[in-house]
Amino acid sequence: MKKTLLTLTAGVAMSAMAAAAEEVRVYNWSDYIDEDLLTKFTEETGIKLIYDVFDSNDVLETKMLAGKSGYDVVVPSGTFLQRQISAGAFQKLDKSKLPNAANMWDVIEARTSKYDPGNEYSINYMWGTTGIGVNTGQVTEILGEDAPITSLALIFDPANAEKLAACGIHMLDAADEMIPAALAYLGLNPDSHDTKDIAKAEEVLAAVSPHIQKFHSSEYINGLANGDICVAIGWSGDILQARDRAWEAENGVELAYNAPSEGAMMWFDQMAIPVDAPNADAAHTFLNFIMDAGNMAAASNYVYYANGNKASQPMLEEDVIGDPAIYPDEATLGNLYTTTPYPPKVQRVVTRTWTKIKSGI
Amino acid sequence: MRRLGLILVPYLWLLALFLVPFVIVFKISLSDLAMAIPPYTPNLDLTEGWAGLVSFFRELDFENYVWLTEDALYWKAYLSSLKIALISTALTLLVGYPIAYGMARAPEEWRPMLLMLVILPFWTSFLIRVYAWMGILAKEGVLNQFLLWTGLISEPLIILNTNLAVYIGIVYTYLPFMILPIYASLERMDESLLEAAEDLGCSRLSAFWLITAPLSKQGVIAGSFLVFIPTIGEFVIPSLLGGSKTLMIGKVLWDEFFSNRDWPVASAVAVILLLILIIPIILFQRNEQKQREADG
Repeated sequence: MKKTLLTLTAGVAMSAMAAAAEEVRVYNWSDYIDEDLLTKFTEETGIKLIYDVFDSNDVLETKMLAGKSGYDVVVPSGTFLQRQISAGAFQKLDKSKLPNAANMWDVIEARTSKYDPGNEYSINYMWGTTGIGVNTGQVTEILGEDAPITSLALIFDPANAEKLAACGIHMLDAADEMIPAALAYLGLNPDSHDTKDIAKAEEVLAAVSPHIQKFHSSEYINGLANGDICVAIGWSGDILQARDRAWEAENGVELAYNAPSEGAMMWFDQMAIPVDAPNADAAHTFLNFIMDAGNMAAASNYVYYANGNKASQPMLEEDVIGDPAIYPDEATLGNLYTTTPYPPKVQRVVTRTWTKIKSGI
Repeated sequence: MRRLGLILVPYLWLLALFLVPFVIVFKISLSDLAMAIPPYTPNLDLTEGWAGLVSFFRELDFENYVWLTEDALYWKAYLSSLKIALISTALTLLVGYPIAYGMARAPEEWRPMLLMLVILPFWTSFLIRVYAWMGILAKEGVLNQFLLWTGLISEPLIILNTNLAVYIGIVYTYLPFMILPIYASLERMDESLLEAAEDLGCSRLSAFWLITAPLSKQGVIAGSFLVFIPTIGEFVIPSLLGGSKTLMIGKVLWDEFFSNRDWPVASAVAVILLLILIIPIILFQRNEQKQREADG
């Protein structure tokens, strides 16, 4: 017992010493960075980097609202960022410490200022679309060569979903993504906050829910890559990563990603510094490091997501910048929509609807 | 004086680790949702003195509990959790009893080794073991590949993301909690009782029902509670192995807390869960007490 106590004290003393050295704690999405960048950051700056991951905005928001999360850099998506800014969760960025901000892409900054006016609290890390990942071999075998793989009807039409259920369908476990998608499928405004519209979206989703194997926001990467599932509604880069993993494994799984023809959600993941970040200075150093054109290009080349960094574009590989699934062409860009946060009362309805869709109760 | 100290220690323990957290959760369950840090109001502001205290208590109400009664989701989730916990406990008993029996009847020099084997899985993280089951039960997983290879099935079985996978996960995880108390009660049993029964013409089967079963009753009860109580609130196993149809209160609580960001309702769900659990916990305590008295 005494010995344990001694080791414990030593451990506490050591962690206290580590805190004295400069460190930065980053909380980012899972499968979302080239991990070589993390060692490179420590080599260049001498700052110790502690890197944690999450797979849902809800988890991040709960930590932010609980306060004192201990993180110095977090990465909420647009609508969540907006809500957390209004709750006072973030501090304004000190632009004088961010010379690389000059690299950012004005087109994306104009869009993100919808959530963070003037981009005072955040910088864009990556952006992408929510769409359909398909195991083309299995799906065409079941639905025939003319399977509607670019349309939400592939999943939202119960006749299709019923047939595809055997090979496995996953859907994001995110009400604020799936309800807008169902509204887009119906030809309604995806950003509608009208509870009557939400009820219509519920009908679409509830009709196919029995055929959905799982509602989950990260398992589909492995599921698609291994051939465990054949269709997933998910985030662009995640599905492209699954496609890549299947290639590397040479397991015969052919995957394709498409932004739905009915319209696809465009989302932005923004790096921000919590108001109570213990190492705000180091956090700025990290943001500046990320905004370096070469680093951002390395990250995008690795995760297959587009970034908000104009200067990084010449360094992007052709299968990233040249892929319209990642950097959409003008036509697709016109077909993308963005959403705004639900007010608390509507949010309750949305989440309750989502539970009902998933569990049938 | 020394005796007082001895009595005080467990009560301080209870106060610090149970009562204080409970009061905090209970207080949040009486609060209102707010978009702030922390995401509820009111918060006790001691600088305002007595007036602050009065307005603090005025703002607390039982609204969230009323909300829970208005929506079928909650009681259905409680009932479904109870059902899953009951079935899992029965299954664990069914699997665990023969194992414990075999261990207690094994040659004495083997027993420490067998005990070790039961405890060994605890050396790896619980989370990793549940993840391993995902690899075993998946459509392209180890089990399906083996069964396809043997030719027993021609289509892969869909087990992962169903309630069956949840039962497998729970039985696997909680099995040692069932085996150990049953083993303890069986091992203590005086085997000469069985010999006496046989000498008096009792068949082996009726000797088991008349002697072994009643003598291991305390172990069965203890094991069942040790499985039943944590299973009701189980979250990790249903969320990793279960599908969208697996309704358990742990998942509902997660949704309230994380998706709705509604800490007050989440806290109300937790308080009711605790009230439900108090009954089996008291019964468990009684059983332990009885056993101690019987031993003493």
